[in-house]
Amino acid sequence: MSVLTTNYLTPTGREEAWRFTPLKRLRGLHDGVAVQSDRESLITKGALPSGVSFTRENLEPLASSDDVIIERVRGAATSVAHLAIAPNTEVAEPIFLGRSAGALDTAEFSRVRITLGTHAVATVIVENTTDTVLAEDLEIYCAPGSNLKFVTLQEFESKSVYTARHHAVVDKDATFKSITVTVGGDVVRILPTVEFKAPGASADLLGVYFATAGQFFEHRMHVDHAVPHAKSNVNYKGALAGKDAHTVWIGDVLIRAAAEGTDTYELNRNLLLSDGARADSVPNLEIETGEIIGAGHASTTGRFDDEQLFYLMSRGIAMADARRLVVRGFFNEIVSEIGNEEVQNRIMDRIDAELEKAAHNG
Amino acid sequence: MSTLEIRNLQVSVDTDNGTVEILKGVDLTIKSGETHAIMGPNGSGKSTLAYSIAGHPKYTITGGSVTLDGVDVLEMTVDERAKAGLFLAMQYPVEVPGVSVSNFLRTAATALRGEAPKLRTWVGEVKDAMEALNMDPSFATRNVNEGFSGGEKKRHEIMQLELLKPKMAILDETDSGLDVDALRIVSEGVNRAKAANNLGVILITHYTRILRYIQPDFVHVFANGRVVEQGGPELAEKLEANGYADYVSK
Ligand SMILES: Nc1ncnc2c1ncn2[C@@H]1O[C@H](COP(=O)(O)OP(=O)(O)OP(=O)(O)O)[C@@H](O)[C@H]1O
Ligand SMILES: [Mg+2]
Repeated sequence: MSVLTTNYLTPTGREEAWRFTPLKRLRGLHDGVAVQSDRESLITKGALPSGVSFTRENLEPLASSDDVIIERVRGAATSVAHLAIAPNTEVAEPIFLGRSAGALDTAEFSRVRITLGTHAVATVIVENTTDTVLAEDLEIYCAPGSNLKFVTLQEFESKSVYTARHHAVVDKDATFKSITVTVGGDVVRILPTVEFKAPGASADLLGVYFATAGQFFEHRMHVDHAVPHAKSNVNYKGALAGKDAHTVWIGDVLIRAAAEGTDTYELNRNLLLSDGARADSVPNLEIETGEIIGAGHASTTGRFDDEQLFYLMSRGIAMADARRLVVRGFFNEIVSEIGNEEVQNRIMDRIDAELEKAAHNG
Repeated sequence: MSTLEIRNLQVSVDTDNGTVEILKGVDLTIKSGETHAIMGPNGSGKSTLAYSIAGHPKYTITGGSVTLDGVDVLEMTVDERAKAGLFLAMQYPVEVPGVSVSNFLRTAATALRGEAPKLRTWVGEVKDAMEALNMDPSFATRNVNEGFSGGEKKRHEIMQLELLKPKMAILDETDSGLDVDALRIVSEGVNRAKAANNLGVILITHYTRILRYIQPDFVHVFANGRVVEQGGPELAEKLEANGYADYVSK
């Protein structure tokens, strides 16, 4: 257990890490004003396959954090929800976790751990719904040779505030792939971070987000290449529509001096579907060794491609349907990676609904 | 029986250096079943004419009219023009990432027919249309025009022509970039569409070769934003021999 301290540093908004976040809308998660609830909302959906367990335990954190809210979570949470996949277990069907209980007048401080034993293979899908205030410290350990696909779906209602760090520690020859989908909530701030433990590790961080009027969604990656011969790939796609829709994507990739043979690429593409929306996109590559295979980044922010819309409409497809096709097409590259038809369709339908909502609100 | 009438059509585009007038009064009348070849030098405005009829937002109509059976086409949105029976096979078909050919075709057919085609007959319909154009069935699951070769894009355009059954089609250099076999396959597709739907065709081309497969009833010479001469198929042969020198200097 961490020691409970009361005087955490409260961010002012001038710090690099907080400069985009609307602190006033965090419902007191950052400054200690939030009233802690005793909710432990994370549950498994359906029976767990053999070799998989879900328990509440006391666990030391895998990694330190300089995030104020994560520190508060560690101080406040009394146990850790732990999903463990035993060594050499190959789970064919996705394991579903989810949160559907919540409240807006109290805040849940939640610690979660996902552990993959050596050579375990699994897909974990976390479904976050409801209206809630939630601060989450989620840590993942991928043991040597394991393979995890980690899907998190932020399908919150419109008033939710969710701040989280999803930190993966990826060991020798392990493969970690995350797919982060954010389509609901008032303020969502996720820190998908990766730390490589040994050579041969690889991480794919994929994500999509769609913010409509007034919503703030921030995704702040950090990939730490501290060991040789690890591979990382980041690809986030976002769409924005409506007044004061605001998204932030930060891609910090650090290649330390020891990380020879690193191969990394990061990409963020944003589609601005209306005036009055703002997409911040900041790729940031720090390279301390020249002995690498590749390192690159790209960031684009654009509007609807008139040529695409014209082509579709010239075949009789109405404007609204053409826009829907183009937006679905834009997100499809990443959503199709989830690999679960039902979830993919639900996310695409939600994206359609968001687009429609935006069209109605001008 | 339909008639597409283009009267004194004037079109300009906005560029960084101001407005440029491209079409300077085009007159053309196309009836169902007729094939009109349009030939003319690069930059004379042929694609501009095609795009303007289809309603591309880049072009501003500054004068004249386009009507289909007396109904004002220029007042219609792009999709309404397609619903009215117009089709443009583009010189440079557009890639639409993430949208599969099969989804695209079904969405288009649904829009044009006013209801979703019955799944059972539809699958066969698409399969037949693709086979007829010698397209591998795997194209159905690929994204629209993405990574298609130049010739594959053109075949995909004519496949849509057969599937969507318009009244009037504008084929903008559909023959460019086709190998000899593909030229024959694509031409047969156009001829099938003509026979099946009594299609009227505006066929923009630089080469007489395609005209051996698709017989034109009329040949129009296009230069400097207007039609400068009209004739029968023999005019195409003359152009092939002499080029456009006579018309450009005028
Ligand atoms: N956006 C634009 N800005 C500037 N000029 C333009 C623009 N669009 C078209 N034009 C000009 O209009 C003229 C006509 O172009 P168009 O594409 O219609 O020619 P075309 O007859 O189809 O030529 P080609 O045989 O090469 O296909 C050209 O000179 C072209 O450069
Ligand atoms: Mg042209």
